[in-house]
Amino acid sequence: MPRLESTARLQALMLEAFRECDAAARAPQGRVAWCTSVGPVELLRALGFAVFFPENHAAMLGASRAATDLIPAASAEGYSPDVCSYMTSDIGAFRRGVTALSRVDPSITSVPRPDVLVYDTNQCRDVVDWFSFYGRQFGVPVIGVAAPRGVDAVTDDLVAAVASQIRGLVAPLEAIAGRRLDPGRLRDAVAISRDTSLLWRRVLSTGSARPSPLTFFDACIHMGPAVILRGDPRSAAYYEGLLAELEGRIARGVAAVPGERVRLYWEGMPIWGRLRDVSDLLARLGACVAGSTYCSSWVFDALDPAAPFDSMARASVELFITRTDAVKERVLADEARRYSVDGMVFHDAKTCPNNSNCRYGMPGRLAAGAGVPSVIVHSDLNDLRLHADEGVRLALEAFVEQCAEASP
Amino acid sequence: MNGPFYCGIDVGSSYAKAVLLDGAGRVAADVVRRTGVAFEAVAEALRADLLAAVPGALGGIERTIATGYGRENVPFADGAVTELTCQALAGWHLFRRAVTVIDVGGQDTKVIVLGDDGRRLSFQMNRRCASGTGAFLEEMAARLDTTPAGLEALAERGHDAVALSSFCTVFAKSELLSLIRGGRSVEDIALGVYDAVVRRVVEMTPLHDGIVLTGGAARPGGVLVRRLEAALGRPVLVPEKPQLTGALGAALMAMRDGGAPV
Ligand code: SF4
Repeated sequence: MPRLESTARLQALMLEAFRECDAAARAPQGRVAWCTSVGPVELLRALGFAVFFPENHAAMLGASRAATDLIPAASAEGYSPDVCSYMTSDIGAFRRGVTALSRVDPSITSVPRPDVLVYDTNQCRDVVDWFSFYGRQFGVPVIGVAAPRGVDAVTDDLVAAVASQIRGLVAPLEAIAGRRLDPGRLRDAVAISRDTSLLWRRVLSTGSARPSPLTFFDACIHMGPAVILRGDPRSAAYYEGLLAELEGRIARGVAAVPGERVRLYWEGMPIWGRLRDVSDLLARLGACVAGSTYCSSWVFDALDPAAPFDSMARASVELFITRTDAVKERVLADEARRYSVDGMVFHDAKTCPNNSNCRYGMPGRLAAGAGVPSVIVHSDLNDLRLHADEGVRLALEAFVEQCAEASP
Repeated sequence: MNGPFYCGIDVGSSYAKAVLLDGAGRVAADVVRRTGVAFEAVAEALRADLLAAVPGALGGIERTIATGYGRENVPFADGAVTELTCQALAGWHLFRRAVTVIDVGGQDTKVIVLGDDGRRLSFQMNRRCASGTGAFLEEMAARLDTTPAGLEALAERGHDAVALSSFCTVFAKSELLSLIRGGRSVEDIALGVYDAVVRRVVEMTPLHDGIVLTGGAARPGGVLVRRLEAALGRPVLVPEKPQLTGALGAALMAMRDGGAPV
């Protein structure tokens, strides 16, 4: 598979971001906020916090396959092996005194000490339990937004309710940051986030080209800045470069999966500890995973610097993960068409029901309603004890064979 | 017998099977061996068995397709295909109608739905656990101190099947112990073990008409077939040699890839 040249820049940028967090945690004047991946990060940026994302850290633990050995340390403390394995691997790493950041820079020996933890339950409730653990460990406040879940229509009332909660975060955050919120800085942060988001959307949309210049697996790696540098101008600059590279590929007809013969869509979380293996397997079969709900989670169309609080709230409420199955089904049908895929892979991640959308009959409805066939792979985001290589391989191979047979 | 010949090798987790088709698509020979731990060796042995059965095929095997758990470990194969595709091909070849193939394999159970043109519409596999698979039957047989064949013989004499409630093979084994302690007859327990497999199968996907049962445990007229029929309230189609359908499908694939009509 051809390697994206942007990867080197990506690694340098991520390293820079991790170092900045580490430095902020060490500096007497530095302020560090931990934030959920789709939380109100723009507010934190505007208040001058260095922002750290535990989910990104947990994904790194998963990708390096350290997670499975760390989870038992959290289980021993009463965190069930059935709950979010991002949370349990992250807590396990903390208990064992290790961090995935050391793999990127050996001089970083711990996660950056937080001054505050800020969550948004738009994705799940586990984040509150997760952040509360650290709140107790560090003796720092845990605050956030209790978001509506199972949202059908995004109404003004729902948006207003969330916006007022975000506004409610300002005073406690100002107290911790030791400065007043500058509305201009907030508008700037929202504008940068929106720019990043638009660019990230365009990056992902290149996947709809045939052949696709990038795969879901590439996107899982390259989404790093969209997650941890949201609201930071460097992320937008990074995606401009990546987008140019991908558009160049389209112009030259360069396929991410040479000989692409089957196109798939991935619904659900990555299997971080097997990302490369699954990517290689599908590439060998000539199957390109051209799009995903997961990577699209960091596209926030609603952001508007003219109405920072309301638009942040709208972006939070609109998220795919917060929506009803009926809305999700429509989105999946649209996405399948947009990426012109032959089928959909549902990842049923044992410890994340929130990102496993195949549990209430969705695959059957999608096949009947939109004619999109699918396969379910049973695994997990981080806990490889819940993953069986042979079962996943067989399901994916058989599905690719089925799609190849069905395509004209 | 007419050449060229086409060979299908199915290296399953418990048994390895091979089918040789002649140029007209008729079965020239079929063989079964225990898989053991040396996949390549068992594949070679199967080929030797086929050639011993049909000496005329020597040098005349046009193409070989491997399938099953060890499909990548058949050194002389021209290609490897999943058992789901092979079962689908065999199901269509044998019945020529829209069928749903249920394959109770050693490690997993698969349900494959075919359309009325023989194309696969969808498939399901059991989840992470061995419950509902051939391995489950083997484990339960061992717990009852017998062989899989012995388990079936016991089940034949059962009348009032026990209900095994556990999803998990390990838990089901301890459930057996408490049933024995509670004085339930071994025959009724054995019958309950088959019902547990049937329950796992029927929960995988809606099952309507044209159900085909394959796999080593699917003996025509055997307990598994009868219990599945009872659960579904309709007859189930069983190929003459249900253990061999994966290998048959692989041989058919070899034929199709070789340009011959299937
Ligand atoms: S959405 Fe899933 S993976 Fe993410 S924090 Fe919540 S439970 Fe964990």
